Formats: sequence, C-alpha cells, structure tokens
Amino acid sequence: MTNKAAETTVPRMEERLYQNRYMVDEGNPHVRILPRQGGDSPELRALVNICPAGCYSLNEAGRVEVAADGCMECGTCRIVCQGTGELDWSWPRGGYGVLFKFG
Amino acid sequence: MPVEHFDAIVVGAGPSGNAAAYTMGKAGMNVLQIDRGEYPGSKNVQGAILYSDALERMIPDFRETAPLERHVVEQRFWMLDEKSHTGTHHRSDSFNEERPNRYTILRAQFDKWFAKQVRAAGVTLITETTVIELVRNAEGRVIGVLTDREGGPVHADVVVLGEGVNGLVAQRSGLRPELRPQHVALAVKETHFLPEETIRERFNLSDENEGVVIEVLGSVSSGMVGTGFLYTNRESISIGVGCLVSDFAEKQIPPYALLDRFKNHPSVRPLLKGAEMKEYVAHLIPEGGYDAIPKLTGDGWLIVGDAGQFVNAVHREGSNLAMTTGRIAGECLARLKAEGRPATEANLKVYRDALEQSFVLKDLRKYRKIPKLLKQNRQLFTTWPAVINRSMQAFLRVDGRDKRAKEAEILRGLKTARGNWLNVAADMVKVARAWR
Repeated sequence: MTNKAAETTVPRMEERLYQNRYMVDEGNPHVRILPRQGGDSPELRALVNICPAGCYSLNEAGRVEVAADGCMECGTCRIVCQGTGELDWSWPRGGYGVLFKFG
Repeated sequence: MPVEHFDAIVVGAGPSGNAAAYTMGKAGMNVLQIDRGEYPGSKNVQGAILYSDALERMIPDFRETAPLERHVVEQRFWMLDEKSHTGTHHRSDSFNEERPNRYTILRAQFDKWFAKQVRAAGVTLITETTVIELVRNAEGRVIGVLTDREGGPVHADVVVLGEGVNGLVAQRSGLRPELRPQHVALAVKETHFLPEETIRERFNLSDENEGVVIEVLGSVSSGMVGTGFLYTNRESISIGVGCLVSDFAEKQIPPYALLDRFKNHPSVRPLLKGAEMKEYVAHLIPEGGYDAIPKLTGDGWLIVGDAGQFVNAVHREGSNLAMTTGRIAGECLARLKAEGRPATEANLKVYRDALEQSFVLKDLRKYRKIPKLLKQNRQLFTTWPAVINRSMQAFLRVDGRDKRAKEAEILRGLKTARGNWLNVAADMVKVARAWR
C-alpha cells in the first residue's frame, strides 16, 4: 500500500499481513484455546486487542476465539496467559508458520 | 536421523547460536545445529543494527561478503509529543571509516549469510526442525535433544540453547522459569521500500552506503514503557515501536495502532511518503536486565543470547551481546573439550566467569536499576517529553513578549507538570543514580 503524505493511512490487518509469507500447517494449529468454565479470563480477552497479528476475536457468544494462520510467532499471548491455563501453545512444526523475508 | 553422537548440539541459528556453532566448528568440534526455520533467518527478527566489533572478533573480513545495508553515520534521538519532536543528532564523518562501526542489516538475509560461514566451519546444520525437549540420563544430566523429526533423540556432550527470547526448550525442560510480562517488550515493525536515491536525499546522505538511525521516546509509546525507532536500509526503511508486554496487557492498546500513529506523526510521515510496505513483523525483546537473567548453566547445557535475557535496553544493544555470549560459550566448550573435561555445571562455571569479565555482564550490571526505574516513573515517557517540547516552543516563538517573561513561563510549566520543584529534582536524581 502507498503512504501519501497528506492522508492518514491505517491499513486493515489483512492488508498488513498480505505481504508476509506463511506456510500454514492445515488442520494442525500451533495455538489452541482450552475454554474455561465460567468464561474467559481478562488476560485472554486482552489478546483480542493486543495480539499484533489480530489472531484473537470474540465470537457471537462473546467467547474468545483464535485463528493462528497469520501468527508471527512472537509469544505475547503465551506470556500474557501463562497463569490462566487457557492456551495450548507450541512452535509450529519445523518449516511451518511465518517465513520472514527481511525479518 | 540415525542415532549419532556429537560434541555439541546448538539449538537455534540466530546470532548467538551461529556464534557458538561457528566458534566450536572452527575449533574442530563435531557440532550439530538445529533451526526450525525454512532457512536460518526465516524465523528471526531484529530492528536491526549490526555492531561490527562482536562479529569482527570471529570473522574479521565479514565486510567482504556479508549482506550489509548502510553503515550508520548519524544517530538521532527524538523526544516526541503529538505534534513535535525535540532531540539531539550526532553525525560524524569519522563514522565513514575503513571498517565502519555499525551497520543496518536485514536479519533474514544476514542470518542466512552467517549460517553459511558456520557450515563452512564444518558444522552440520539441519533446518525445518523444531527441538521439542532436552533428553537427560538417569543422573539428570542433559545428554541430547528430541526434535519433531522421526528417529528419536540426538545425543551430544553438551547442548547450547540459543533458542531466542521465548526459550521454550529450557523452560519446558525445567531449566528456567516462564518469562514475566514485565521482563519482555513486544515490538512491531514494518519494512517500507523506497528508491535508494530517495532515502539518500530524504536523510541527507552522501551515497548508498551511509545511513541514519532515529531512536524515539515520548508520545510514541502512549504512556507505556517503550520506544520507537526508524532505521535506513539501502532501499527500505525499518520503522517500529515496542513496549513492555505488561503495559500492553494493562492498557490494551493494539500494537499496530501505536505503529500507525507513529508512522503518521508529522515528523515521520514525510520520511515515509510514497513508500511501499513489504513486511510486517512482531517479536519479543528481553528487557528485564541483569536481575531477569536465568540460570545460565547446568550439567550438559548452557544458555546464550536472548534466551539468557542478554539485551542492553538502554543502548538498544542485543545482537552483539548474543554474538558475544555465543562466542564465549563456544570458546569455553572448546577449551573443556581440549582438556578432556566434561561439560558439568561445575566445569561450566568458566562461562559465567568469562561473561562477568566481558562488557556483557558489566553493562547489564551497570544498568541493573533502569528497568525498575522506568516502570515506576512513567513521567519519563509522558510528562517530560511533553514539557520539553512545550518549552522549546515557548523559547523559539517570537511574539513580542520579553525573554524574562518567557523563561518564567517555561519554568512555571516545568514545575506545574511535576507538581513541585522537589519532584523535578527527584526525577533527575533518580535517573542519575540508576544510570551510574
């Protein structure tokens, strides 16, 4: 996308991630939510805002969902939710996941 | 993979793992290096500045073949408010030396080059392979690793963990506690492409080899502990912002919103005009300093690089600490091997001792109090940059008022911003003492 001096450009997440390269491990996501009885923790809900790849969203029932296809493997979610037990997080299998061109 | 025994296994092919593997390979050791990327560098992220010294100690002629972007001739430091920046520049022709001191680099390309030198030193590298856990013998000594490839564990006398900031292998093997949100920053960065001549003109540079670095404090972090940066590469600009994960979790500001605001700041927007964004990345940076360093050695293992929290957040140095810890680890292990002594925790004490004698732990110890100071004194990121910019405005505007009245206004503004003069003095004392 082009950044013209006069206007404020705020790309959508899809545009932002469009240039990145990924090798998606279909059917084998490396981040899974283990839903808690009685609702999601504040930590898990915070990820809807602070995941840099926008992988977390609220579903119609108001619960947090994850779609890790655009994940940049930073580990922020893992650290924020370490005490809640709501995330099953591992590295993607070797060769899968994000592949940085410039890093 | 056939069952085989190596002198050492290195987990990760970033600056620390590559430095360790290179040093041991050169010393004639039989080394296996394992990386989870498609190629070394494909999972790695940095700003990125390469400090020559750390690499030069291993590969003196690196400049002849390494993919370097621009050497840094000018460093700018900006304090930002919503509309302005006030700062310092240091530019010197003495940075145009025969062996320049610092370069901008693109890590995916640089790491690929470094890994090639490592292989040339005789190291066996396997990529697209994730290490799952360490393997121990009945006495608890680490004797190898288990990967996600078929074929069972791979054995070695010692495992060097250069696995990066997340450090999952060490953590899940019980060698270190989980990272704490206040000890790591989340940084997001975009790479914006422009013609080389445009970068040259926009940043007042003589040719395609000269570069500029801008480090930014103030409104760029929206009240969180963090900084922004802008680095010139040959045909692109790396622009990013990073803040403590604990602050992001509390404030719930999307990191990309912070980056977009930074890109659209009136001081920054003209620098990026017309650029094409070609990559967006996110990465954690260890910023806990000296007190966050985990246990570094044990029977059959040691930790190098980001996995050991080796980052000097004040000076924005990390890759040089990674390379230095990797090199020193490699040297220590090669010496033990030559002397026929096993890599036990007692024998690996030489690694910690050597780090204490190097700039790595001397610097981290020097700034030991800084992380706590910054967390407890948000005014350094909010009030101070705002006051400084307001004061400069008042000082520079010519509006018919006399200078004494202007000075009084500036001083009043300073006092009001911090409540009273005692707080102003306390801020200065606190920073000076933490810096010492």
